[in-house]
Amino acid sequence: MRGTGGFSKRGDHGLKREVAIVAVGATRFGEHWSKGLKDLAWEAGVQAVEEAGISGKDIQYIVFGNMSGGMFEGQEHVGALVADFLGLNPVPATRVEAACASGGVAFFQGYLAVASGMYDLVAVGGVEKMTDVEPGQATEILSAAMDYEWEAYFGATFPGVYALMATRYMHDYGLKPETLAKVAVKNHYHGSMNPLAHFRNRMTVEDVLSSPIVAHPLRRNDCCPVSDGAACVLLAPLDEAHKYTDTPIIVKGVAQASDTLSLLERRDICTLNATVQAAEKAFAMAKLARRDVDLVEVHDCFTIAEILALEDLGFCAKGEAFKLYEEGETYVGGRLPVNTDGGLKAGGHAVGATGVKQLVEIVKQLRGEAEGGRQVDEAEIGLAHNVGGSGATAVVTILSRR
Amino acid sequence: MSVSGVPRHWRSQRERYRLLGTYCENCGTSFFPRRKICPKCRRKGRTREVEFSGRGRVFSYTVIHVGSKTFDEYAPYVIGLIELQEGPRVLSQIVDCKPEDVHIGMEVEVCFRKLFEQEDGGIISYGFKFRPVDDSWVEYYGKLLAEKKARTAQT
Repeated sequence: MRGTGGFSKRGDHGLKREVAIVAVGATRFGEHWSKGLKDLAWEAGVQAVEEAGISGKDIQYIVFGNMSGGMFEGQEHVGALVADFLGLNPVPATRVEAACASGGVAFFQGYLAVASGMYDLVAVGGVEKMTDVEPGQATEILSAAMDYEWEAYFGATFPGVYALMATRYMHDYGLKPETLAKVAVKNHYHGSMNPLAHFRNRMTVEDVLSSPIVAHPLRRNDCCPVSDGAACVLLAPLDEAHKYTDTPIIVKGVAQASDTLSLLERRDICTLNATVQAAEKAFAMAKLARRDVDLVEVHDCFTIAEILALEDLGFCAKGEAFKLYEEGETYVGGRLPVNTDGGLKAGGHAVGATGVKQLVEIVKQLRGEAEGGRQVDEAEIGLAHNVGGSGATAVVTILSRR
Repeated sequence: MSVSGVPRHWRSQRERYRLLGTYCENCGTSFFPRRKICPKCRRKGRTREVEFSGRGRVFSYTVIHVGSKTFDEYAPYVIGLIELQEGPRVLSQIVDCKPEDVHIGMEVEVCFRKLFEQEDGGIISYGFKFRPVDDSWVEYYGKLLAEKKARTAQT
C-alpha cells in the first residue's frame, strides 16, 4: 500500500504533551552589509533568550533552517557554527534544509522534540545571508530549489516557474494583472507599518504594472526581494510555559507534506498539493475550522503564490481567492487579514528564516503586540504557511492564544 | 551552471538529445523524466525506456527577461510547459518564433539546439527545444535573414 503520510496508530498523533511558543526574536529583513550569518543568528537568538528571561545554557536543543550557507557563503556545517558562536557548546545544533521551507521544517522538528518529551526547552531558528553574492548568482542558487536537471538546466528560473503557474491560472480563471498587483500593494501597505520589514514604502497598482518584466506575466514588483535576516522562537511544554512568559502561544496543529520537485510532473499546476495536504492535517490536528482563523501568514514569494495559497489552504474555492483582493478583504480590518507584516514581498525573504519569521508575526499578533497600526483586533488564532521551491515542501502551523 | 563536471552533463545526454522517458507496460502510462519505478503500479509495474514523438501542445509559458547567470545572455527567451502527445509534460525553451506569438494550446515539435555554453571554454551543452509545428518558423527565419542582409548591405 502506498504511504499516506498519516500519523501513528496511537491516536492523538501519538504526542505526549502540548507545546507552546514562549519567546520570539527577529532581525530586520534586508541588506545587512555589516552582519554575517553568525551575527544575524546571534541577534535573533539573543532577543528570544532575553524575552524568556533565561540563560542560553538553559536551551537543550537548537534546530534551525538555512537553505544554502554552502552556495551563498561557502559555509556548510552551520549548525555547530551557530551553537559555538552563541557560546552554547556542547548543546546539539541541527541545520535543516528544505529550500524556502527550511524555517517551517525546522519548527516542525523542534515541535516534535518538545512534544515527544525528549527536550523541555528548544530554540527553533532560521537564518540566511543572501546579499554577499551578486543578483545573477542568487537567482542561480535559488533555482536549485527546483528540479535542477530538467528545469534549471533548460533555462527555467524560480520566478519563471511561478510565471508558468500564473499564465495558466490567468487562462483558466480570468485573473487580471491588475488584481495580481493588488497583492503586492496590500503587502507593501502592511510592510509600511512593520519596523522589521525589508521595504517600508507604499505602492500603487500602477507602480507594480510599470515595473520591468522578470518572467512574463510577473514583474519585478510581483517578486519578493532577496534578504538577509534571522528569526527565532523558543518552545517549551505548555504546562511549563508560565516559567518563561505570561502569554504563551499554543501550537494547535503543525503538519508538513511533500510533492514533486518539478512543475512538469504535476497535472494541476494551479494547485500546490503539498499545501492542500499539510493544511488538511494541521486543521484536523488542531480540531479547528477555517472560519476560526483570524489571520494568516502565507508564502507570497510571488504575488500569484499568495492567491494559490489561500485556495490551497481551503479559505476559498479554486479560482476564487483573487476576488478577495478586488474587495480589499485581505487588509488588516478585512474579513481575512493576510501577511500583516508585509509578507515576503515587502517584509522580505531571507529564505531559511522566512518560515520562522512568519511565526514571530503570528505570535506578536496573538499577544496583541503588533506595532504600527497593523494589529488585528482580538486575534486569537493564526495560521502560518511556508513553502519550499515551487511547492515540493509545505508546512502549515496553527497557533492559538488559548 | 553551478555543477560543471563533464560526467554530469554526459550521463543525461541520451535523454536530452532524444527526449527519452519511461513507459509502464502494466498501466500504460508514460513518464518524463525517466523513473526507476512506476509510482502508480510500484512493484507490479513493468517499466521500459521510450522515445517520445516530440509533438505536443503548449500547456503554459513564460518569457524570461531576467535569466540566471548561465542564461542571462539569451534573454528574453520563452520557456514553455509542453504537453506531449503521449501524455507527460516537459519544460523546454520555445524557439523560432516571436515570444508574443506563443499561446496556450499552440502546436509544437521538438528540435535539437544548443542549451548553453559554460564560461572560459567549458562545456557546450545541447538538448531539446520546441518550435511551432507549422511553417511559420521558415518565414520567421526568412525575415531574420533578410534583415541581416539589409544590415550588411548598409555597412
